[in-house]
Amino acid sequence: MNKNKEQLLNKRYKAEKRFRLYGQGAIFMALLFLTIFIFKIFSTGYSAFQKTWLIVPVTFDAELMMLEQNPSKEDLKDADYYDIALKSMADLDPNANEDQKNELKRMVSYFFEREIKRELLNDPSLIGKTKDVYLTASDDLDQVFKGNYPRDLPEDQRRVTDYQLKIFDQLVELGKVESKFNLSFFTYPDSREAELAGIASSFMGSIFSILVCLMIAFPVAVLAAIYLEEFAPKNRFTDFIEVNINNLAAVPSIVFGLLGLGILLAVFQLPRSTPLVGGITLSLMTLPTIIIACRASLKAVPPSIREAALAMGASKMQTTMHHTVPLSMPGTLSGTIIGLAQALGETAPLILIGMVAFVNTIPGSPLDPAASLPVQIYIWAESAERGFVEKVSACIMVLLGFLIIMNLFAQIIRHKFEKKWS
Amino acid sequence: MFIFIVLLGFTSYYFGRRKAYTIQSTNKRLTALPQFYGYYLAIWCAIPAFIIFSLWAIFEPTIVKLLILSDYSNQGYLDDELNLIYEKTKALSRGQFTGEITPFIEASAEKYLSLRSIAQSSKAVIVLSIIIASVAYAYKKISSNSRTREPVEKFLKAVLFTASLAAILTTVGIVFSLIFQTIDFFKVIPLFDFVFGTHWYPAKAFVRDSSEALDPTMYSDTFGAVPIFAGTFFIAFIAMCVAIPIGLMSGIYLAEYASVKVRQYAKPLIEILAGIPTVVYGFFAALTVGPFLKEIGNSMGLDVSAESALAAGGVMGIMIIPFISSLSDDVITSVPQSLRDGSYAMGATKSETIKKVIFPAALPGIVGSILLGVSRAIGETMIVVMASGLAANLTLNPLESTSTITAQIVVILIGDQAFGDPKTQAAFALGMSLFLVTLCLNIVALRVVKKYREKYE
Repeated sequence: MNKNKEQLLNKRYKAEKRFRLYGQGAIFMALLFLTIFIFKIFSTGYSAFQKTWLIVPVTFDAELMMLEQNPSKEDLKDADYYDIALKSMADLDPNANEDQKNELKRMVSYFFEREIKRELLNDPSLIGKTKDVYLTASDDLDQVFKGNYPRDLPEDQRRVTDYQLKIFDQLVELGKVESKFNLSFFTYPDSREAELAGIASSFMGSIFSILVCLMIAFPVAVLAAIYLEEFAPKNRFTDFIEVNINNLAAVPSIVFGLLGLGILLAVFQLPRSTPLVGGITLSLMTLPTIIIACRASLKAVPPSIREAALAMGASKMQTTMHHTVPLSMPGTLSGTIIGLAQALGETAPLILIGMVAFVNTIPGSPLDPAASLPVQIYIWAESAERGFVEKVSACIMVLLGFLIIMNLFAQIIRHKFEKKWS
Repeated sequence: MFIFIVLLGFTSYYFGRRKAYTIQSTNKRLTALPQFYGYYLAIWCAIPAFIIFSLWAIFEPTIVKLLILSDYSNQGYLDDELNLIYEKTKALSRGQFTGEITPFIEASAEKYLSLRSIAQSSKAVIVLSIIIASVAYAYKKISSNSRTREPVEKFLKAVLFTASLAAILTTVGIVFSLIFQTIDFFKVIPLFDFVFGTHWYPAKAFVRDSSEALDPTMYSDTFGAVPIFAGTFFIAFIAMCVAIPIGLMSGIYLAEYASVKVRQYAKPLIEILAGIPTVVYGFFAALTVGPFLKEIGNSMGLDVSAESALAAGGVMGIMIIPFISSLSDDVITSVPQSLRDGSYAMGATKSETIKKVIFPAALPGIVGSILLGVSRAIGETMIVVMASGLAANLTLNPLESTSTITAQIVVILIGDQAFGDPKTQAAFALGMSLFLVTLCLNIVALRVVKKYREKYE
């Protein structure tokens, strides 16, 4: 009898231990996913911050550039750089035939002409001389140099030919290939060529959308929250508004995209693909988040503050505007930032309103067509070229960086400025 | 003009306040603080002007268009042609017209310009006179020292109230944008075919020549949504298979077992998972998880699609873990301590207390959190678009690719859309069903959670 009891007790203790282990296992799994996730993104993405350059000697031959004697600045700008650019690439291998010359040309990006031009404009005295110029390597060679490209594939399955590899290896041996910080990733707009693609256009698009979103969502949401929390009579209608807000917070984001498409684009005829429409759509999405945060922090202001103000003869409106609202601002602001961070990561609604179009200019206002960072991730992730994989990861790193900064900022505001009532 | 009105508003504020001070200096008692006199005047100055201004902006183009096109009204043009003429006229008047210039259009362009200038000047005159009239009225009120605080506050309250209508307006906007297209869709495709049809090939509607008349028989067997609904629920089911055990167990552990320190670090870390944008999850699923599963499957001799439902669903499950864990954590912590104490006093172990006492007590709240998770899974878009297939297969094999409502909406609406095309309308019909399903889930879940909260308060 006693033995039975002990067995039972042991069994119960074991069950207890097992249950505890399940809990720890679950947390471990969740954190494991997070780690794999971040590791994967960083390990594929960090190389995108480096860019491979070929150092090619360029002879600035005045005749080939169609330049007269003593050219002016304008002449230099209008000169023909294509021929000297071609020639300098072809000169890498003196014995190259026509096909091979073509392959040589494709070892660098199609910006090579512009890069040579910039060199001469910086120093016009180069005419007639030869200088080593840094040219952007094509994305495939870039990947080869970073070791992301399998070299042992048969040639017809590779995008780099054996001949290109041979020349490239010669250049590497001569020390004519260099890897430098990839500034153009931040300053160039999107491009079809992976080596020239940057996030400047989508970054500006994101900034404009978020600004539009902030300018619409914040005032409306704060005013609505003040009304609902401080003034609204308790009746059916305010209940209805509340149910509405809670539901809107859980409506799938793509439905907001349909709203933007069906109302903003079709009925109000706002311009497609612009951060303006994107921002308005996102603001409708973040509205409930901010309202809920603002109401929560208004609720946290103790009634004694209101009573004191009322006792001193302030009207209800003055009490609210002069005392309650300023005291609730830290909570509201951190809620707003969290809402904006959500909006910043949102993709689906922006795709529906056409912000997925290929934009190769940097937008200067919310009315110019643009993409946004998450949409850029989607666009690049869908393209087949190998060079875009690391770009996607790098873009994700930039986006995650922004989200982390915004969330930290929200935390700081909350901890630094929020009054603790006790 | 806009800035001008704002500036006038500011000046009238100072004007009103000064007036209040002068009243005060004559030893009369003010009825409100001097600012209110300023606000009162500023509101009267700016608001009527703004209303006229925006009404004008809305109606001016329509009226000008009507006037221009009245010249062409008796020549039997179609509506589309009239619109074209109007666009040409506008372009010409801006000097951006590149086509052939006919005398007719040139005349219209001149008329357009003159109409615009008349409109501009009359707008200025009308807005200005309204400002003068309303400011004069308000100034008289101020001078007679009548009440100003009450009207100002009433106005502010009205502004607050209008802002709170934004939520309702958004809902109304969603319903409106969906409902018209959906109704048009069901005029072409019978509701029965949509709900019970088992073939979904919207690409078939691509081939139609736009000049052809709509032929409903062509669309039979094209827009049967069963495979899509099935795929949606299937992927959501896989996601919940991942999210419920992990989310629930970590919620329980955090609430009942974890020390303060573990809780302090583990909880925000898990919540990071909720903050990662879904497009990032999609990329992760498509690039890492999909090929990984395919490799494992191939080594076991299984035929796994690189875009399997398992990859999309699994990654979606990871995304939903924090929703379930935080909500169930909250729910479990709010179970009164007396229930635990009672159970311990009877000799139960901690896990027995959780399983037999706390879990049943917290069940409604946990169900609510799971329902919210399901609604998230159904509405999730980017993971499915990037990691799952785009062709709608009717399958229950998690290794094959399936498609969902959200993925189909994106596939149909990406790029240029023509409104009035059954394919576009189909996307809105899908959006409508998505909205209704998630709405029901949300309402039920929120109600369950609310009921539960009230029980222990």
